Amino acid sequence: MGANSLYGPLDPAPDAGYVDAPPRMGFFTDTSVCIGCKACEVACKEWNGVPDDGFNLLGHSYDNTGGLSANSWRAVAFIEQPAVVPAGPVDALAEAAAGRSDALAEAGCGGAGTTREPEFLGMPGTDLPGRTPDAPRTDFRWLMMSNVCKHCTHAGCLDVCPTGALFRTEFGTVVVQEDVCNGCGYCIPACPYGVIDQRKDDGRAWKCTLCYDRIGDGLTPACAQACPTQSIQYGELDELRARAAERVEKLKDQGARLYGHDPDDGVGGDGAFFLLLDEPEVYGLPPDPIVATRDLPAMWKRAGLAGLAMAAAVAVSFLGGRR
Amino acid sequence: MAEAHPVGFQYVVEAKNRGAKIIHVDPRFTRTSALADEFVAVRAGADIAFLGGVINYILSNEKDFREYVVAYTNASMLVSEEFQDTEDLDGLFSGYDTELNVYDQTSWQYAGQRAEGQEEDEAHADRETASGLEQESHGPPIPADVPRDLTLRDPRCVYQILKRHYARYTPEVVEQVCGVPQDAFLSVCEAWTSNSGRERTTALVYSVGWTQHSVGVQYIRTGAIIQLLLGNMGRPGGGVMALRGHASIQGSTDIPTLFNLLPGYLPMPHHQQHETFRDWVDAIRNPEQKGFWANAEAYAVSLLKAYWGDAATEDNDWGYGWLPRLTGDHGTYQQVLDMIDGKIKGYFLLGQNPAVGSAHGKAQRLGMANLDWLVVRDLFMIESATFWKDGPEVATGEIIPAECRTEVFFMPAASHAEKEGTFTQTQRMLQWREKAVDPPGDCRSELWFFYHLGRRLRERLAGSTLDRDQGLLNLTWDYPLHGDEPSGEDVLREINGYTTADRELVPGFASLKADGSTACGCWIYSGVFKDGVNQAARRKPGREQDWVAREWGWAWPADRRTLYNRASADPEGRPWSERKKYVWWDPDKGEWTGYDVPDFEKNKPPSYRPPEGATGVAAISGDDAFIMQGDGKGWLYAPSGLIDGPLPTHYEPVESAVANPLYGQQANPTRKRYDRADNPMNPSQSAVYPYVFSTSRLTEHHTAGGMSRQLAYLSELQPEMFVEVSPQLAAERGLEHLGWATIVTARAAIEARVMVTDRLRPLRIDGRVVHQLWLPYHWGNEGLVTGDSANDLIGITLDPNVLIQESKVGTCDIRPGRRPTGPALIAFVNDYRKRADGSQ
Amino acid sequence: MKDRPMVPRADFRSYYGRPIVRPAVWHHDIAAYLFTGGLAAGSAMLAAGGDATGRPALRRAGRVTALGALVASTYFLVNDLGRPERFHHMLRVAKPTSPMSMGTWILSGFGAFAGAAAVAEAAPLLPRPLGRLLGPVGTAGQYAAAVTAPALATYTAVLLADTATPSWHAAYPELPFVFAGSALASGAGVGLIAAPPRESAPARRMAVLGAAMELYGAHRVETSKGILSEPYTQGRPGKLLRAGRTLTALGTAGALLGRRSRVVSALSGAALLAASLATRFGIFEGGIASAEDPKYTVVPQRERLAQRQQQHKQG
Repeated sequence: MGANSLYGPLDPAPDAGYVDAPPRMGFFTDTSVCIGCKACEVACKEWNGVPDDGFNLLGHSYDNTGGLSANSWRAVAFIEQPAVVPAGPVDALAEAAAGRSDALAEAGCGGAGTTREPEFLGMPGTDLPGRTPDAPRTDFRWLMMSNVCKHCTHAGCLDVCPTGALFRTEFGTVVVQEDVCNGCGYCIPACPYGVIDQRKDDGRAWKCTLCYDRIGDGLTPACAQACPTQSIQYGELDELRARAAERVEKLKDQGARLYGHDPDDGVGGDGAFFLLLDEPEVYGLPPDPIVATRDLPAMWKRAGLAGLAMAAAVAVSFLGGRR
Repeated sequence: MAEAHPVGFQYVVEAKNRGAKIIHVDPRFTRTSALADEFVAVRAGADIAFLGGVINYILSNEKDFREYVVAYTNASMLVSEEFQDTEDLDGLFSGYDTELNVYDQTSWQYAGQRAEGQEEDEAHADRETASGLEQESHGPPIPADVPRDLTLRDPRCVYQILKRHYARYTPEVVEQVCGVPQDAFLSVCEAWTSNSGRERTTALVYSVGWTQHSVGVQYIRTGAIIQLLLGNMGRPGGGVMALRGHASIQGSTDIPTLFNLLPGYLPMPHHQQHETFRDWVDAIRNPEQKGFWANAEAYAVSLLKAYWGDAATEDNDWGYGWLPRLTGDHGTYQQVLDMIDGKIKGYFLLGQNPAVGSAHGKAQRLGMANLDWLVVRDLFMIESATFWKDGPEVATGEIIPAECRTEVFFMPAASHAEKEGTFTQTQRMLQWREKAVDPPGDCRSELWFFYHLGRRLRERLAGSTLDRDQGLLNLTWDYPLHGDEPSGEDVLREINGYTTADRELVPGFASLKADGSTACGCWIYSGVFKDGVNQAARRKPGREQDWVAREWGWAWPADRRTLYNRASADPEGRPWSERKKYVWWDPDKGEWTGYDVPDFEKNKPPSYRPPEGATGVAAISGDDAFIMQGDGKGWLYAPSGLIDGPLPTHYEPVESAVANPLYGQQANPTRKRYDRADNPMNPSQSAVYPYVFSTSRLTEHHTAGGMSRQLAYLSELQPEMFVEVSPQLAAERGLEHLGWATIVTARAAIEARVMVTDRLRPLRIDGRVVHQLWLPYHWGNEGLVTGDSANDLIGITLDPNVLIQESKVGTCDIRPGRRPTGPALIAFVNDYRKRADGSQ
Repeated sequence: MKDRPMVPRADFRSYYGRPIVRPAVWHHDIAAYLFTGGLAAGSAMLAAGGDATGRPALRRAGRVTALGALVASTYFLVNDLGRPERFHHMLRVAKPTSPMSMGTWILSGFGAFAGAAAVAEAAPLLPRPLGRLLGPVGTAGQYAAAVTAPALATYTAVLLADTATPSWHAAYPELPFVFAGSALASGAGVGLIAAPPRESAPARRMAVLGAAMELYGAHRVETSKGILSEPYTQGRPGKLLRAGRTLTALGTAGALLGRRSRVVSALSGAALLAASLATRFGIFEGGIASAEDPKYTVVPQRERLAQRQQQHKQG
């Protein structure tokens, strides 16, 4: 193991023992051009033979997938953000709708750009994204993001896998070997992004493979191939990072920020990173993920200490005191 | 566009990334709005008021591209003194016949025009046969020389008429009628006009929901007027483009599946208007008129030769007598009502699911339940094949399966990946498609089905001497078989056209003859097999050729990528600007040249002026860019050809929540109505049906759902029928997010889950609040995910020009909870109707 | 409209309130395993101590309980995996970064040793040569098991802590002490139930020391982790942990005060066993609860970010 094998910047494929590994490959998902068509979800399922995820109307805007799971390796998030004003809410439209149309006239009722206080819609969850007026905006926004496995430099799932079913590929990606996985489920809570998941029927863990069976043949992963607007871009990670840096510079005043691009972050940077238009948690992403195995040496030390204390306690119990 | 055409939307995104500003005007905030720089919420059904406002902005600020307008449009033409505008007659044009509800169009003509205008009887027949559609690509009759005032000052010139007509469509009125704030509206005007002119062009792209109004044709006309005023037609980056609802819907009007057209926009003969072959051909080519339709006889004869080969001779008028005749309205809605009335015995449905996809679902299903036989060819068992046992009327007792007389034959069909052929897209481009896999089981292609159907019918009728059978028996039905299937390329060769003597493929429609020496299945497609090469199959990547990319696919006519591209050069033949250079006159070589195939006679100089009395192609002047029009000009004002008026005028939808703020005339006076007990309409401004609704598609599903609700990967993405309402409407009606709601019109009540969203917002219209709600129309009772069909809510009222239904706007009520079931549902709907009628 | 309740102001944002990290998919099998593993470890140590100091009742009870707990552990693990051969697959790999892989080896090693020790208890019933051979093997196994036992008792703390489950990971410094203490207390409980008063003194001291360790650790876990302590104090996990604490206190008190009564001792032992069980379930469920609410992922990470930005500004 190298000095940064558990934590810190690293090129994962050589660290995993690949000699002459090809360049690290990844995804750059630019949410500013995502149109929420979900072609990525369908293309992924078609290529990888992933089963459907159930027919449930979730009421989370147009998201009926409900995030990544064993049966959804791409999932498009939809976030409706009404225009908000920091103070002095005047819900003129509502008042007008209730028959007090003079209020409407006074408030200059109109279509686009009407600002008002958000109100509770009875949607599930008490903290609707965008409904906390910490980001004053004059326009209604509808954010969309295609989420996917991050293929972390330091992948918690891979670290904790007891069977070697999860492995690092020569492209630096993280893949589950379905014939090796024994369904222990340890990888599932280990992922700081909540990506990898257990399939209920067979108990095994499943997630995005970054189309390992395509990229080996020089093909583009199914989702990126299907994306009509190049919201999902596939390529060499270094090149994608450079492209993303340019893009975020261009969209700075729209609140654009990169997520998962930084090799110095808690997982050593993601193989699949994003350009977001709001805080990560609004999209269901952790704001500052770390790989749990960063602390593994410290954990073993504490366990050792506790073990010694235990031994000492037994020794004292039997040897000390009165018989 | 992002919602229904996500793949095409990539170009919008690309343009945005290059700095283009995207403005989206829509009743609700969609996935397109999400990517737009500006979203403008507009009331459904108020588009002419909005676009009329744009026209007013252009004219009152003199933002029109004056040189272009004077040279290439009919702005300078003088109109008859008899003409009276809607401004004079409170929403009607001159010549209105209150009995037939049509216009005598004589007074709309150009000044000095011989009395050729449509009289009311003829206009009535034209409405019955959707004649506007027949004129999709060629102008109605117009004399060659019309008095003009090039200064555009004459009060009778089109320009001044236009200015007066739209003077009232001010930003204030736009706000009042459409609910669009003035600053948002002006921002649209500013963006559109500043991006047009010599150096820049703007494209107007619409999706076909725009046409589905009782004034649908006039919606598009309004857009076309703006594009002409701003000089955006016939130039690169300009135009008006319809994003069609399915692959190759453009193709299915070119080689039509429409009752009133033959291939290449040749009209289907009418039993009274076109009694003889000569009547028919002259009606197309208008002998005294200028323009390229003058050669129509060659196209018509070649088509008949393609149908009947050697049996078509000059002596038998090329078999003209064997062509079926129109006797009136045979449009899809009339047919459905005729089925209900027992006048139609059999019906073929090919890849269509009217039980879910057409307006007034109940009428569709009751009609189909009253046939002798019904053939359904589809990929899956769709609602239109199972309505007799599973449809909603079975629950209400209106259809009793054991007694339903219709015998349904289901024929499994091959999908697009399982057969070869072409798709023609919105830009008129044909793209050849290879077969990827064999169809499974008994599934077969359309080509297979019709070939063998024809073969068997002909075998059955062999030896018949009945006149009515001769057309079928004389058809050329000699396609070589590969296995048991004809080849799509053989059919494409027939469409391209060939010489009858030695079966040489012709290079293009200019080679077609009226003497029977050529046969051609569709003259506008002639050239698609030029040089024996399937031109539609060309696949040279864009990066390996210039930006026009002419070596990809093939566009009709004659592989022209932009129609009327003569207009991309100024009257003298020079490019309007270096930046927008496209097709121009090369004086040294004495020919038109450029990046595209010039849409003009190659060697006719810009300075050419036709001699006195010239007709046809020779009458086209060197600056008549719109060569298919009878006067060579782009029409701001339509002196004939449209049933409902020479200029678009704002009328309210038939079912509207408000009184027309502009005129005493509430709705389109000439709309096609079907006043029958089984087609009730909501009274306008009814308190019983107080809300406006619109329907459209979701990205996740395909039209009536036959191709998406059967697939788990698509069904899971939008698993249930829902209705979108604003938080304000939800509060007003006590609707809960994810709860159930019932939506009611005079035709039906349907239920849906409630989606409360800020993407819909109430608008202030003419001083009061109007709530709009929105429904997807993908659900029916078959498939992996099922639900009520939004189209059940809609009644049948049609645009008079092309007989398209008003299915994008109506009024309704919405209330919390599920709808009644069984016979109680009928009582529930009836009760609403009684209350609505009572309160009038 | 106006009088409708507004959303309570949340101090964080999330995606429709959905979890960010995924809760462990393990069922109560694993919580039970935490208990039985600890019990096996504590019992093995009890057996070794008893044997070394000549307390056969403690030895016997310790050895038998260790094996019994071990068999139960294996059952719980296999049940969670779904198929027996899947447990066997674990032994194809030894992976230092995976506490589960390490744990499998620890459990297997411990199992072999503890098994030998327990089987040796049957030596008197067996034919002599075999019985004679078994005696030393059992003794060796017993001590080897006792040496392995602390690892068995504490690795499960690492197993839980080495995840993104917020309240487990945050508790990694103290969790091993909770588990070690709990294991000791449960081992002691076995001693109190099984041994006559004359042999039970070490078990009582073990109970006190174990309880102290457990209570100290649990106190830290429940109070020093900021918002991440919250899941351990609320709802079912809170109830379980409070019950564990009460039972521990009762058990310890009983162990100290009831040393003359066999019944009180046995009751105290049972209380300690129940306490250990409750504590393990409380810790297990507390972690799950922390994963199910995005608050516990977002808020601490936001604080961490803010701190870093603060340092960045100062630095």
